[in-house]
Amino acid sequence: MAAVLSRVATFAIDGIDPRPVWVEVDVRPGLPTFRVVGMAGKAVRESRDRVRAAILNSGFEFPARRITANLAPASLPKVGPGFDAGLAVGLLAASGQCPAEGLERWAVFGELSLGGELRPCRGVLSAAEGARRSGLRGLIVPRERAREAALVEGIEVAAVASLRDVAEVLEGGTVPELPPAEKALPDSPDTEIDLADVRGHVLPLRALEIAAAGGHNLLMEGPPGSGKTMLARRLPSLLPSLSLDEALEVTRIHSAAGVQRHPGLARTRPFRAPHHTISASGLVGGGQVPMPGEASLAHHGVLFLDELSEFSRPSLEALRQPLEDGHATIVRGQRALLFPTRFMLVAATNPCPCGYAGSERPCSCSDAELARHRRRLSGPLLDRLDLLMTVSRPSAEQLRAPAHSSSAVVRERVLAARERQARRLRDSAASCNGQLDARLVRSHVRADEAAQRALGRAYDAGALSARGHDRVLRVACTIADLDGRDGVGVDDVMQSLALRLRVADSWEVAA
Amino acid sequence: MSVNGAGTGACAVCLRRTWLIARLAGAIELAWAARRPLPALLALTDEELIAALGGERRERLRAEWEDFSAAAARQRCDDRAVTAICRCDRRYPPALRELPDPPAVLHVFGDPGRFVALVEQDCVAVVGARRGTPYGLEQARGLGRGLSAAGLTVVSGMALGIDSAAHLGALDSAGTTVAVLAGGAERAYPASKRQLHARIAAAGAVVSELPPGAAVRRWTFPARNRIIAALGRLTVVVEAGERSGSLITATLSLDLGRDVAAMPGLVTSPASAGANGLIVDGARLVRGAADVLELLYGAEAGQLTATAPTPAALPGDLSALLERVGGGCDTVAALTADGTGLDSVLAGLAQLELRRLVWRAEGGRYVCRAR
Repeated sequence: MAAVLSRVATFAIDGIDPRPVWVEVDVRPGLPTFRVVGMAGKAVRESRDRVRAAILNSGFEFPARRITANLAPASLPKVGPGFDAGLAVGLLAASGQCPAEGLERWAVFGELSLGGELRPCRGVLSAAEGARRSGLRGLIVPRERAREAALVEGIEVAAVASLRDVAEVLEGGTVPELPPAEKALPDSPDTEIDLADVRGHVLPLRALEIAAAGGHNLLMEGPPGSGKTMLARRLPSLLPSLSLDEALEVTRIHSAAGVQRHPGLARTRPFRAPHHTISASGLVGGGQVPMPGEASLAHHGVLFLDELSEFSRPSLEALRQPLEDGHATIVRGQRALLFPTRFMLVAATNPCPCGYAGSERPCSCSDAELARHRRRLSGPLLDRLDLLMTVSRPSAEQLRAPAHSSSAVVRERVLAARERQARRLRDSAASCNGQLDARLVRSHVRADEAAQRALGRAYDAGALSARGHDRVLRVACTIADLDGRDGVGVDDVMQSLALRLRVADSWEVAA
Repeated sequence: MSVNGAGTGACAVCLRRTWLIARLAGAIELAWAARRPLPALLALTDEELIAALGGERRERLRAEWEDFSAAAARQRCDDRAVTAICRCDRRYPPALRELPDPPAVLHVFGDPGRFVALVEQDCVAVVGARRGTPYGLEQARGLGRGLSAAGLTVVSGMALGIDSAAHLGALDSAGTTVAVLAGGAERAYPASKRQLHARIAAAGAVVSELPPGAAVRRWTFPARNRIIAALGRLTVVVEAGERSGSLITATLSLDLGRDVAAMPGLVTSPASAGANGLIVDGARLVRGAADVLELLYGAEAGQLTATAPTPAALPGDLSALLERVGGGCDTVAALTADGTGLDSVLAGLAQLELRRLVWRAEGGRYVCRAR
């Protein structure tokens, strides 16, 4: 019997982008073997055993011949179990157990269980985009992830449960319907937390509102238990909901990283809070086979770094490019991968290593510890934060104070301010004040004379760096936007300064 | 042998003495830790020191002592831009001669002529805790500022906290300040005060008993304190805990027959327990530079040289805000508790901060500038 060859279209997820991969299966007489070649990672090589069991358990025959499967192009490293379905289908087609014609129209993507079921795997949305770009009719995906693939318009999605279903679709049978859309469950408990629960914290709440309105990065400094994390978690509830494009981007990244909470479109802004022991590549993306880092997972959402001073210096340094450029570049071999990273950075830190400097409790740190803490917090990252503020434990009296406005009320104000910014910035690359670079600040922020004089005075006093000068102006602009004005006045600048200057800066430097 | 008055010319005997002290620094540390009083140790003659502390290396030490090269010591000073002024020099501060154990040589980093002029003026020692509270730091700075503006010299130890704040205050105005270090004068100790060290050396002077390159030891701090106490006509303690080293300086100062004053703090504040205790024991209470001047020169001087900034020129709402901050409403939360708008409080505080009438301290507290 002569050799039979089949070709199945599938996709490798390279970072978050789909790369077309052809699974070629060659079955010829000879000693029974099953080899997979073409830069296959460990999970792919292991897929041989899954494929064999899945085929047999689905009632097909596993040909006792010499089987060679190739994943082309051979230059692209392939990892993950997403090739299982493609390999099994290729084998079935090459051994005549399923028609090869269907394979020209359908791409196959999914992991197999030993029993022959298709299991959900990461990157389905990217694979669906790949299928559209390759001009295929549709994509066969595991049922649990079909809603995600269906977000891509212009392709047909076959939601299958098992290898048998795949064969049926390829034979030209009916295409299984998409599973019913889930009820609009809240993505996370985050949507239930609201500003209305907060008592006291007058200053931090104002800073949060300004941060949300202008997309500004912010740092909170305060003793343990003062409510820094509680406040940060409420930031997403103040932000405008995701636009469709943003939601697609978020879903794609989360799908590629395998961290999405449910199939289908992301509905809330991500809130990521990595632990301070995270490595630089964990934070901005990387690894032998590059995966998006926390900065990308927080794309269009909030990246919360608690205990900022405990993060390693390389990690914080690595965060600089993503903060400035809105993306992280990971270079591996000959390829550079781009991960989008437009997040709002919220950092929190204790005022000192023991946490109690400046609070009611005495601080027990040594001078060396204090100096080290201060040194770790100074530097380039801090200069990239727009708002710096202190969070202190509310007094008993403040805890009895009336509730703050609810998140919905604040969000109305935020939305109005964002609209004003969008109008003003429509001819530029930025969409909110937090994204203005020095050039855009000059061209798009109008400050009246008194405001400029005040800012000049602060700058001359040495209380601001050149970068800090622009940051104060950006925040002042957002304060004016919140107030429904386009021009920056002296009071806006003053408030902005009050939300930025710090002891060490003003007390030591000023002469 | 003496080359009095000529440039870096400290005499060979004094240089050798200083060399010996630095050479025996480790042995002195041990003796001091064994509770031998420091003045008694430092008052010993060279031979006695070698005999008492040389231990097994006594003979070798003696040989080194006999071979001591003053030229090499002078060269070491010149290399580090340090001027040595010895006891035999007429530029040597007379105030130090009143000590039972005056340092043989003062090593001056910075212009030696200026140092001599600075110690010829009246000097006030300002000392206090290394861990000052925002209140104490600001008061020390205000004291330094006022005293320097009035033409006095502020002497302190450049330690963290109150000491540095006092130096900073002096640098804020006329810059007349002398830092006495526990290690070599050319090197900032603590190292984090590098910038302050350079500023003091440029505007005032940094001095040390020990030759260039000498490292700090535990005993060199009290030794340094005796120089601070001796240089000051008056020692002012701003914030000292119950067992603070600043109290040692105050005691040394009393032993020399100088006055001691203290700035009061909250009676509940552990940071001020020592300073408040001094007042109870009879130290003069000072509220600021004006009180110090009054203490030294009489009532009129205090009034003439009062250095309070003029909040009179402030718009009404700002001066009201300033008063509230001074009265204890020192956080944004406290200032807005009565219903005052957050925006106006923030803007007002920034105005006051820019006018240097308040500072922001840890915990988001605002501290009024010292009068």
